[in-house]
Amino acid sequence: MSDATIIFLQLVIPVAGAVVCLATGRAPRVQRVCGVLGSIAALMAAVLLVARVDDAGVLAAQASGWAAPYGITLVADRLAAGMVLVAALVGLATAVYGLRDVTDGRLPWTFYPLLHFLLLGVQGAFLTGDLFNLYVWFEVMLVASFVLLTLGNGRAQLEGALKYVVLNILASALFLVGAGMLYGKLGTLNMADIAIKLQDPSEVALLHTSGILLLAAFGLKAGIFPLFFWLPASYHTPRVAVSAVFAGLLTKVGVYALIRGYTLFLSGTFEDLRSLLIWTAVATMVVGVLGAAAHFEVRRILSFHIVSQIGYMVLGLALMTPLALAGAVFYIGHHIIVKTNLFFVGGIIEEMRGSGELGRLGGLYRNHPWLAVLFFVPAFSLGGIPPLSGFWAKLAIVEAGLEAEAWVATAFALGVGILTLFSMTKIWMEAFWKADPRGEEAAARTGARKPLAPLVLPAAAFATITVVIGLAGGEMFAYAMRAADQLMDNAIYIRTVLGGLEGGVP
Amino acid sequence: MKGSFILEGAARLLLPWLVALSLVTFYRGHHLPGGGFIGGLLAASGFALIALGAGEGAARRALRVDPVGLMTCGLTVALVAALAGLFRGGGLLAGLWLPVWSLPLIGDVHLGTPMLFDFGVYLTVAGFALQVIFSLLEDAA
Repeated sequence: MSDATIIFLQLVIPVAGAVVCLATGRAPRVQRVCGVLGSIAALMAAVLLVARVDDAGVLAAQASGWAAPYGITLVADRLAAGMVLVAALVGLATAVYGLRDVTDGRLPWTFYPLLHFLLLGVQGAFLTGDLFNLYVWFEVMLVASFVLLTLGNGRAQLEGALKYVVLNILASALFLVGAGMLYGKLGTLNMADIAIKLQDPSEVALLHTSGILLLAAFGLKAGIFPLFFWLPASYHTPRVAVSAVFAGLLTKVGVYALIRGYTLFLSGTFEDLRSLLIWTAVATMVVGVLGAAAHFEVRRILSFHIVSQIGYMVLGLALMTPLALAGAVFYIGHHIIVKTNLFFVGGIIEEMRGSGELGRLGGLYRNHPWLAVLFFVPAFSLGGIPPLSGFWAKLAIVEAGLEAEAWVATAFALGVGILTLFSMTKIWMEAFWKADPRGEEAAARTGARKPLAPLVLPAAAFATITVVIGLAGGEMFAYAMRAADQLMDNAIYIRTVLGGLEGGVP
Repeated sequence: MKGSFILEGAARLLLPWLVALSLVTFYRGHHLPGGGFIGGLLAASGFALIALGAGEGAARRALRVDPVGLMTCGLTVALVAALAGLFRGGGLLAGLWLPVWSLPLIGDVHLGTPMLFDFGVYLTVAGFALQVIFSLLEDAA
């Protein structure tokens, strides 16, 4: 199989998956099987891509053979390929989780097609080499997410969805204006081509307006301070399977766009914005973790922690050393797995007890020790306890911070780490450790209305992955380092896209 | 839900014209303004008018096929058109064209996978727009 075909497959499989799921909508059983099989196929293709990219460096594919910078360019470097793989993993886990979580009424009928469309948007955003196409992939992702968010039509859901929709449309508008201005000035939207044009310092002065607009747009989607407030307002309302895939993937696409931007086509403006980015990152970490401390509902607490963790990733980007970037890359991968898993576990708790309010929970450790283990692994990985994956991620960021002599930011990163641990301990104490407020007898029953196996399986798989990433931290980190090297030196990326070297259709 | 008599009558008269206009817009879209997206919206607007005038049920009967089926069909057509290029070695979405022939009135006829892809878009957009409109009207009723 040619390299270009491998890249195309990442997009063709989700489309095919969505079509098959739409076509089999009247036979729910068949549709579910197809939904899961499609996700498995996507995962296999992603593994193939990572293996090939890690070998070859950067791969580029030009759709329909029109050469860059005019055609539709898809590029896979190590960062993009890694993200594609993690996204495919989350897709598969969510598809399995959805077998039980999304069953009533009209829901399942739309869930699987939309899940595949959502993943199509996510994979497209990771792989595109063109700024306008990035916008389009964002839109694909958003359209699917709007519908997924409102599945079930609850009042709270519509309220959350309204905030989500309004703010994301605002972000899209900023993105479009920024990209439009850039195109007006430079006459190109191919990211590699923009990077070349901006090597001329006289052009950089013109870039700042569009640079700031794009920063605001990507920042809003990533959920950085002060643009994060849509996130905790909407993520706890939809179905668990939906909020898990959102929590895991969507904000990270924004972070990915920031990384891609500042290492490639916006790199000319980076120096001017470095301190802004560092302090934004710190504020994001602090505000997120304080918000989490103030809440007492499992999924709300977890939503605020997404914000807080985004701060670490942006800090890694803002420090812009190879170690810091590798830390950010590793952090994203670790975070997607862990956060999705925490939402899965939160969903199992809600399913068993009918509520995610900490005050109404209790006694889970005593009655369901297996669930305690499932929660313990991702929660304390998020808190940065060795040897789980979060420890290595935080270690890299902190080490990079010390190396760059960003003392204050590093101190904040450590402090926020402790507060994260506090917040995870809060859930642990309230939901698992204290006695069940309903009394002993009620606590012994699981209370689940549905068989739990499809809910537990993905959670257990992700917990295992978290432990494996922790134990094989060196291997994973080496990959992140290789990805960071590519990001620090964008010449290979540019040459591959524009020169048609190393694979790609001529 | 029942709308006004005038709207109902006008919508029935307009429907064939709107569908024909949508097909013309779609066909000229390869080199000129137009194309599958806007064509699909135009076609959907014809049925949307009927839905507003005579109710969502009447529009569904006029459409004859399920909007979701339309979407599925459109996506399949687009996917097949996109993959055709890949299998012939030109990469995803690469265009394959039939030889050009001439017809009276229309002139030279260019048929190929890009047009097929665009037709998939036409069906998908029409199906999607109608699915949204019909569900909104269903909820309102």
